[in-house]
Order: sequence, then C-alpha cells, then structure tokens
Amino acid sequence: MSNEEIKEYVTSIAPSATFDESGEWLNSMVEPGTWKELALRLRNGPLHFDYLFCLTCIDWKTHLTVVYHLSSTTHRHTIVVKAKLDTAKPEIETVSDIWRTAEFHEREVFELFGAVFLHHPDLRRLILTDDFEGFPLRKDFEDPINMIKL
Amino acid sequence: MSHEKAINDLKIKSSMFSLEGITSSLHQWLYATLSPTFALLAECVIVILLAIALFAALGLVLVLMERKVAAHIQIRLGPNRVGPGGMFQTVADTLKLIMKEGLTPDKADKFLFNLAPFIVMIVAMLLLAPIAFAKGFQIWDINIGVLYLSAISSLSVIGILMAGWASNNKYSLLGAMRSGAQIVSYELSAGLAILSIVVLSGSLQISDIIAAQENGWWLFKGHIPVIISFVIFIIAVTAETNRAPFDLAEAESELTAGFHTEYSGMRFALFFLAEYINIFIVCAIGATLFLGGWMPLHIGHWEGFNHIMDYIPSSIWFFGKTIFLIFLIMWFRWTFPRLRVDQLLNLEWKYLLPISMLNLILVTIIAIFGWHF
Amino acid sequence: MYTQTEIIKDTTINGSEGELVINVGPQHPATHGVLHLVITLNGETIKKIEPHLGYIHRSIEKMCESLTYRQFIYVTSRMDYLSSHINNEACALCVEKGLQIEVPARAKVIRVLMGELTRIASHELWLGAMAMDLGAFTPFFYTFREREMINEIMEDTCGARLTMNYMVAGGVAMDLHPDFQRKVKLFVTQFKKRVPEFDDLITNNIIFQNRMKGVGVLSGEDAISYGCTGPVARGSGVSSDIRKLYPYDGYDAVAFDEVLETAGDSYARYLVRLREMHQSIRIIEQLIDAIPEGDFQAKTKAVLKLPKGEFYTRVETARGELGVYIVSEGGTTPYRIKFRSPGFSNLSALHHMAKGSKIGDLMATMGTLDLVIPDIDR
Repeated sequence: MSNEEIKEYVTSIAPSATFDESGEWLNSMVEPGTWKELALRLRNGPLHFDYLFCLTCIDWKTHLTVVYHLSSTTHRHTIVVKAKLDTAKPEIETVSDIWRTAEFHEREVFELFGAVFLHHPDLRRLILTDDFEGFPLRKDFEDPINMIKL
Repeated sequence: MSHEKAINDLKIKSSMFSLEGITSSLHQWLYATLSPTFALLAECVIVILLAIALFAALGLVLVLMERKVAAHIQIRLGPNRVGPGGMFQTVADTLKLIMKEGLTPDKADKFLFNLAPFIVMIVAMLLLAPIAFAKGFQIWDINIGVLYLSAISSLSVIGILMAGWASNNKYSLLGAMRSGAQIVSYELSAGLAILSIVVLSGSLQISDIIAAQENGWWLFKGHIPVIISFVIFIIAVTAETNRAPFDLAEAESELTAGFHTEYSGMRFALFFLAEYINIFIVCAIGATLFLGGWMPLHIGHWEGFNHIMDYIPSSIWFFGKTIFLIFLIMWFRWTFPRLRVDQLLNLEWKYLLPISMLNLILVTIIAIFGWHF
Repeated sequence: MYTQTEIIKDTTINGSEGELVINVGPQHPATHGVLHLVITLNGETIKKIEPHLGYIHRSIEKMCESLTYRQFIYVTSRMDYLSSHINNEACALCVEKGLQIEVPARAKVIRVLMGELTRIASHELWLGAMAMDLGAFTPFFYTFREREMINEIMEDTCGARLTMNYMVAGGVAMDLHPDFQRKVKLFVTQFKKRVPEFDDLITNNIIFQNRMKGVGVLSGEDAISYGCTGPVARGSGVSSDIRKLYPYDGYDAVAFDEVLETAGDSYARYLVRLREMHQSIRIIEQLIDAIPEGDFQAKTKAVLKLPKGEFYTRVETARGELGVYIVSEGGTTPYRIKFRSPGFSNLSALHHMAKGSKIGDLMATMGTLDLVIPDIDR
C-alpha cells in the first residue's frame, strides 16, 4: 500500500499526527496519548502491521523519542511511528499486549532510558544489576570509570 | 574359592588350561597347615586383596578404554601424552583426584553425604562375589547366584538417592529422583531377561548356567527369543548403570552433573569408579548368561573344533566377551543422544516390559518342550 | 539474589504448592555462555521461565556513540561472534546508505561469499552444540572438522578466524588471498561428501527425532508477534529471509531458495538450518568462479560524516534479522545507534515455547533457538 493511504489511515485515527517522508520509510510523529489506540488499529486494521521489528528510544536532551518500526508480513509496507516523551515524566502506554516482542524491548528501554510503559505486565530490570543507578543510554549519563570520552 | 568342587564336577576337557589347579592346591594347603577357621580367614584376606586389586586395575583400564574408544569414534587421538600411548593418563587423573580437596556443602547432611559414595562402592564390590572369572576361579558359587545378583544390584539406587538428597542441591535432587525411577523400572526388564536364561538352564547357580552352555552358548542355542532377551538385557543394564543414552541421572546438559554435582576429590572418584565397575559387572553377567562366561565357543558335536577352542584359556574367553559387551555399551554412549525422562519410562513400561513378559512365555515353552539345541 | 515475581500473568499456572525454582545458568553447560534462566518447576515440568540477562552486557550501543563511522563497525564483531562478518556487513551497509557510496562489484561478491561461509560455519557450530544439548557428544567433532576449514579460509584472507573485521565502508579491507578460490572449492567438495554423515548420525536417528518432533512448538502467528526471525521464524512457516525480501549486496543476482518448514517445532528449525547450509553452498558455487575483477574498495574520504537523518539497514545473519539503526546529527560519530539483534527477540519467545514441557525439552528448544549470549546482551 502506498504511503498516501497509510497517511490517510493514520490521520483518521490520530488527527494530530505529523509526517516526514525524507527518509527511506514513512515517519509519523504521534502524541503519546493517541498511540495505544493507533497501535491497536494498525495491528488489527486493514493495514495489518503485525510485525514490530524494532523498538527503541532516542534521547534528544530536551525530550525522549520512542521509535517503533512496524512492518506488515502480508503487505510488506513499513511505517516508523515516533512518540515524543517528556524527560521529567516519560510515560507511554505499553504495546506488549499487541506485539509480544515489545515486552522485552520495552523492559530494555525502561532500564536504559527510564521511559515508563504504563500497564506493562512485568516492568522490571532485564540487563543491569538491581542496584544500578541512572539510565546509561541517556546523553547526560556519566560514568568516569568505565566510559571513554572522545 | 571354597566351591571349586562344584566346577570340578563339570565334564571339561582335560586339555583346557585353567587356574583351577592353583586355587584348589592353595585351598588344600591352607586347610592342611591351618585350623579351618584361620584357613577361611586367610582365604578371605586373599579374596579381599584380589578384589581390591581387580577394582584398581579395572578402573584404570576401563577409563582409559572409554577415552580411547570415544576418541576413535570422534575422529581424534585421545590421551597420548602420559606414558606410552597415554597409558598412564588415568593414573595421573587418579593422583589429581586424590590430592583435590573433598568439599562438603555447607547445609548438606554430612553423614549421608559422606556415606553415599561408599554405599555405591560396597554394592559394586558385593556384586563381584558370584562371578566366575575363569574355569574354577570364582569367589562364591552360591546356589542362588542370579537371584543374589539381581537383589544386590538394586541396592545401588539407595546410594544414589542418598547422594542426591544429602547434597542439598536441586540439581542433585532432580538427578536422584530420575535415577530412582529409572533403576527401579529397568530392574524389571533386566530381571525378566535373566529369568529366561534361568528357565532354560533350570538353575540359579552361575556354575550350572555356564555348564549348561557347554555345547553352545544360549545366545545361539535359544533361537530368537533368547536373542530378544539379550537385546532387552543390554538395553536394561545400560539404563541401570546410568549410561548414555539413559544417563538422565547425570544429564550433563540438563542437570550439570546430576546426583554427583556437589562431590569432588576422592568421593567423586568413588562414584566414577563405581560406574565403571558396575559396567564391568553387568557385562560380565551378560557374558555369563548369554555368551557362556568362560566357556569357549563350542558348536554341538564338532569335537575337533571344540578341542581347538579349548586351547584358548578360559579367563581370556571370559574377559574377551566381557570387554566386547563393554565396548558395545561405550559405542552406545558415543553415538546416541539422551532420551527424555518420560520417553525413558515409556520405553520401559510400554515396550520392554510387555515384550519381555511375552518373551519369557516363549522361552518357557521352548524349555518345556526342549526345542533349544 | 532474585525474588520471584510474575513475569507473565498466566492463568494456566495454578497454585505454588510443589514448586521447585532452579537457576539454569549463568554457569550451565546448556546455556553456551552466561545466560541465566530462573525456572519454576513442578517435578520435571516447566511452569515458568524467566531470563535474567546482562552478564555480558557491554553497552555496545553507548560505546558506538563515541566511535567514528570507521571504527564502530568492528565493535559489532563482538555481538554475535559467530556471524561477526555479517554484523560488520550490516554496519558497513548502513554507512554506505547514508553516504550513498556505490560498492564495487568485486567487493559485493566477496562480501556475499564471506557471508555465506560465515553462515555455514555458524550453522556447523550450532549443529554440534545442539547435539551436545541433547546428550550426544560425537557430532560436535564432526561439525568442527568442517568448520575448521572455513576458519582457515578466513584466516588466509582476513588474518583472523572468528572476529574477522574484514569490512570497511565502501567495500572490504583487503583483496582475497590467492589461495582463496582453490580452498573454497576444496571445502565445497568435502562438505558435500560429508553432509550425509550428519544425516546418518543425527537426522535419521530415532532418539533425535523423538526428542525434537513436537517439542517447543511456535505457531507462525506467534513467531511474528514475538519478532522471531531467521530459522526460528522459517521453521514456523514465516517467510522472513532478508536476503530474499530486501536483497542487499547482490543477493538478488544469485539463485537460492528460502527454506521453509511449517511444523514450527524443534525438528523443523533443525531441518531449516541443515538445508540452509546447502543453499549457502549453492550460492558459493555460483559465485566462486565468477568473482569480477576490479577494485575491492570504493574510494572514500578519510573522515566519514553521515548527513543528518536516520538510516536503517537489515541483513540476514545466521540467527535472523539484524537491524542497524543509526541516528545522525551530521557529525563524525553517530548520535544514537541501535542494534536490533535477532537473539533478543528469539529469546523472548522461549517462555511461550517451553512452558509445560520437560527440562529435557527446554534444552532441545534452547538448542534450536541457537542463542548466542553476547548477541542478546550486546
């Protein structure tokens, strides 16, 4: 399906969404509040985005961006959905009930960036030790012993 | 050594080389020079020394053999540094194990933990008693020999359960649980397979069973049912000795080392040694029951052929057959993957046990009508 | 150290009576590394599997943020060390995409050849290790016999056996060793001769089949939902070969089949990997006599600067889809880099696949997932 159709569909669910087509794939910036509803419709709707192949987060110093790379195994189209989160209170609804792979990826983002995924079934640390302080992949993270600065 | 008389009765060709002369002259000399009590004691001491020497020798030889067989199957060389052709590798390993610290876990049941390896070892030692190593060379030719073997061999599971429970380790406990279920189940098939030979021979005494195979081994005389018994026996004893593909009790990739996870140093070595002694013993039993023990290869009334076969010493026949069976069991280990625990029990209760029961009926019919050769 | 908490609310698990919690790992023969699984058992039956990761977490993503576009490629060799070459390729492709470098034809063919050799070597190691998980030690030595030949080919050309570091943005680091073609041909003939041995020893063995058929079943729908890729997804009938779907480096010019099985059990995954080796041999045979002459590296600037923007490439490693996501602010180093590793997603399906089965089944399932721990932890 063409990008125009996907754009139309996303706008019908999340009217505030903005688009960027400069990259390889269609990028869409949505409000965190509308994400859960959009995710459900993208997965179960006619576009059938059933494969979440990448879930990550970027720290832009002023805010965090959660990035979801979605693809469809039947139509072979791809969309990148981004949601801007407040650094002070980074919260977004989980999608682990829609795509099961999100469960682990969200746990990873949670402990490396501190983004909280609401209603996640088991939001605990996955990689770091229990007493680790700070969010290592944030730009303001400093570790004078182990980190090399260029 | 006190029962050579029974073997004397056998009509063995006089040309056959045997140790019988040495043992009986020693027996007579001891009873002539000492009072009967002291003579018996002296014989006991000799037997104990011989048994320990045999254990040490078997441990060294079988471990080396296993490693060489494994290496050959796995296209590599195996031990080849210590001594000529790596012959002293096991000696070096034993020295290492002796010098290692024998750790006892903190919250283990210390008494049972330390006792378990000895139980396993003692059971292995007791099993040696009725085995005929050569013509006229048997520690105790008890008249219920086969029953004795089945009864004592089932005791080793107690040692394993004890080790698993006392270690206070979950892996050990799981290994012991598996081992318990496994040994108790496979005992049945092994017992029924042995019974088929008892039925054919009409005796529980080892020397009688060997004597019954004078004109041919049971494996060849007893038609297909005995071959089925033999196959079932080999499968069952492989399971009983916890060898791959039935090594669920130690299952390295699942339970790290199973029931002996927490053992180290010499206590581990005892388990290790007992495993090899047990293999030797079950193979010796198999060789005795199905392949005629020390009895040379005799074919019916071919006097000339039988006469030539008699020139090979009986001990060589016995050890040759036993080592062939040991090789077979080692071959299994280095070829097959491990069964799952439910598959293991299915194999026993759904296949081996019914088959061996039916087979026993067939063997009984053959024995009653005298259809065997 | 760890407290038990519910990982997934599962209504099929009832009660906590008679539960036994055991730690498989971080030191355990079947985890092939430092994976730590906390397993709740009822007797021998698995009720719950909870992975604890991070024992070999080096935060490669953070490290890459302070490395230049020339340097960061080689850190990724240490992620999935069994297909390090393909990891490097993914990174090089991503940089090339950003800078719009056209890779010479010779370099492309060399990359494909090396990539397929790496895939065979990785599958060989998996085959031996999986057999070992099932309690058979011998296949390990037979698979390593073939793998050794590949390692020697790699050593000739790249100077290393495991972490080759042979890729640069714009091509490969150096030209092929003069002996390369001869040795690869020798390997191909040897491999074809010896593969029937694996069938005799493993595939047709009744115990192997019983241990793997119907064990660790993953439906195609679940495979997509859990983000499983590579042979795990293809064993469940999900077409997911990046080489076919999104060809890179001239994979569209060679003929090969995507191997698909529909059963979704361990045996299907096993068959997929076994047949994939044959497909790799097929690719090598097509290319080994058709290596074009010319440059092995495109001319690039000494200092690489990616334009501002986001770049995502994906390649098919031996374990599945590896995604490299670079966010650039226009500098000499990436602003943010994300590696979407196949092992991480495949591991997340483990609880779903193995719950309700026996401990022995868990080892079979884990064996056919082909987990490489640094690939999961990064």
